[in-house]
Amino acid sequence: MGSILSGVEAASLVRSLPGVDAVGLEARAAGLATRSIKKESKAEAIDLAIGMIDLTTLEGADTPGKVRSLCAKAVRPDGDAPSTAAICVYGAQVATAKAALAGSGVKVASVATGFPAGQVPLEIRLADTESAVREGADEIDMVINRGAFLAGDLERVYHEIKAVKAAAGDARLKVILETGELVTYDNVRRASFLAMHAGADFIKTSTGKVGVNATLPVTLLMMQAVRDFRAETGVQVGVKPAGGIRNTKDAIKYLVTVNEILGDDWLSAHWFRFGASSLLNDLLMQRQKLKTGHYSGPDYVTVD
Amino acid sequence: MSKHIDPVRTEPVRLRVKKTYKLYVGGKFPRSESGRSYPVTTPDGAELANAALASRKDVRDAVAAARKAQKPWAGQTAYLRGQILYRAAEMLEGRAGQYAEELSDATGAELHAALGTVEQAIDRLVHYAGWTDKVAAVLGGANPVAGPYFNHTTPEPLGVVAVVAPGADPLLGLVEAIAPAIATGNTVVVATSESMPLPALSFGEVLATSDLPGGVVNLLSGKTSELAPTLASHADVNGLDLSGVHDSDLATELEAAAAETLKVVRRPGRSGDSLDLLRQWIEYKTVWHPAGMAATAGGGY
Repeated sequence: MGSILSGVEAASLVRSLPGVDAVGLEARAAGLATRSIKKESKAEAIDLAIGMIDLTTLEGADTPGKVRSLCAKAVRPDGDAPSTAAICVYGAQVATAKAALAGSGVKVASVATGFPAGQVPLEIRLADTESAVREGADEIDMVINRGAFLAGDLERVYHEIKAVKAAAGDARLKVILETGELVTYDNVRRASFLAMHAGADFIKTSTGKVGVNATLPVTLLMMQAVRDFRAETGVQVGVKPAGGIRNTKDAIKYLVTVNEILGDDWLSAHWFRFGASSLLNDLLMQRQKLKTGHYSGPDYVTVD
Repeated sequence: MSKHIDPVRTEPVRLRVKKTYKLYVGGKFPRSESGRSYPVTTPDGAELANAALASRKDVRDAVAAARKAQKPWAGQTAYLRGQILYRAAEMLEGRAGQYAEELSDATGAELHAALGTVEQAIDRLVHYAGWTDKVAAVLGGANPVAGPYFNHTTPEPLGVVAVVAPGADPLLGLVEAIAPAIATGNTVVVATSESMPLPALSFGEVLATSDLPGGVVNLLSGKTSELAPTLASHADVNGLDLSGVHDSDLATELEAAAAETLKVVRRPGRSGDSLDLLRQWIEYKTVWHPAGMAATAGGGY
């Protein structure tokens, strides 16, 4: 979905966006977080959430063995639980993950473009992306240039995203805004639209590597941006909150919000993802609780 | 509020500040997640206070807190665990009068008899404080084996122990259930006496001021018939103390639920000396260690 806008047009479009009503946004998010989802609805929500997880390991200590065991877990998390949507790894582990997931339907997502800071020259970021795609990544999680964004150089951010999109080829491009570093809701709204105009297939909140990760108000704001963008342009873009979503209760709050803001069109792994690692175990424990009637414990799920 | 004037003294009478009896979970004193409470009375029906009526979700939260606290607590030195138990005894000693009064209100016992019970509870704490660094020597040891190995057995804590506290003995019975479990590095979740929860809930204040890490002891007041089954079937609980369950049908049911999730169970009515109680919440680890040249050369593992 190449954009027809020039950098200057996109930047001025984004600069003219109205400000965000922070109090209203937070109140709306808090209101949606109070919904009570129980019994059959909860069972369905848990399975839906499991199927939306990008099971993630992004550590310096990642080994091929660790990646393979995580892949096995992604394919078959527990008994009859559904597979997760994807595995999310560093570029160096893509080939291992691709081989371990062959034929399973679970996708391989690779972070690229100098993740998590993105503070490397553009040609290296592009080479990083091309290499991940060559190794077999189905999806690319890129970080935006926050330095340029915060300095006001929106054109540069726009062109860089377009360049990465071109380098990613057929792989779906998730653009990480790193909302924790953008500081204000207004910035999150601007960055969301900028990324979508530049051709993002997904907008993602965070890397999981900074103090503030995904929050419900920020994700709600990005969902509104995605909804408005489709109304304007007819192009549908996915949303991926990542980092800090650790338990079933939180995951269900996000699903409720997707349903309320975006509706059924987005309630699938193609359009909504959770970037998470420890969330899966909590979902599995809750799933066991619903099945057996008693509380489960960490002894009954894998240690990753 | 208008001032109350005592007709005789003609001075304003101060309104007493009454205590809100809350749960003790993870080192904090929360109300029940459910917002419920229930009236607690003396044996002759005079109202004492309202206590929090814990729910299944409070059980879940308490077990999570106990699980989180267990590894660090077991990792402390036995000496430190002993010091902390001794500190709890000191704290209880300092407030013996208050506890005697609460106990006397709850059970209807004479005040001096209640004071005797509080003193017994203090002595029990000191007793188990002394046990902490002796358990390994008494229950573990070096085993003779026919081969070039050292063979050691060491006692280790079971993990999280759920306790249904004795209904008729709200303080001493509680201390006798908790102390041997935490002395060896277990953490506990207690369903306190249903009809007399107040001394137990106050005992939480003693623990909270004794440097006992949050989550090592968790106290839940409420209906035994509601709390005990959730504790018995919880897969993240390793031991179940049913010494306070008087209904034999309920005890059987709880034992069956505990068997589903592989728990060590202490049956109702089972008594024993303090070593038996300590042994109840322990499992044994035996290690083989090469003896001789290999070991002295540093290749032991």
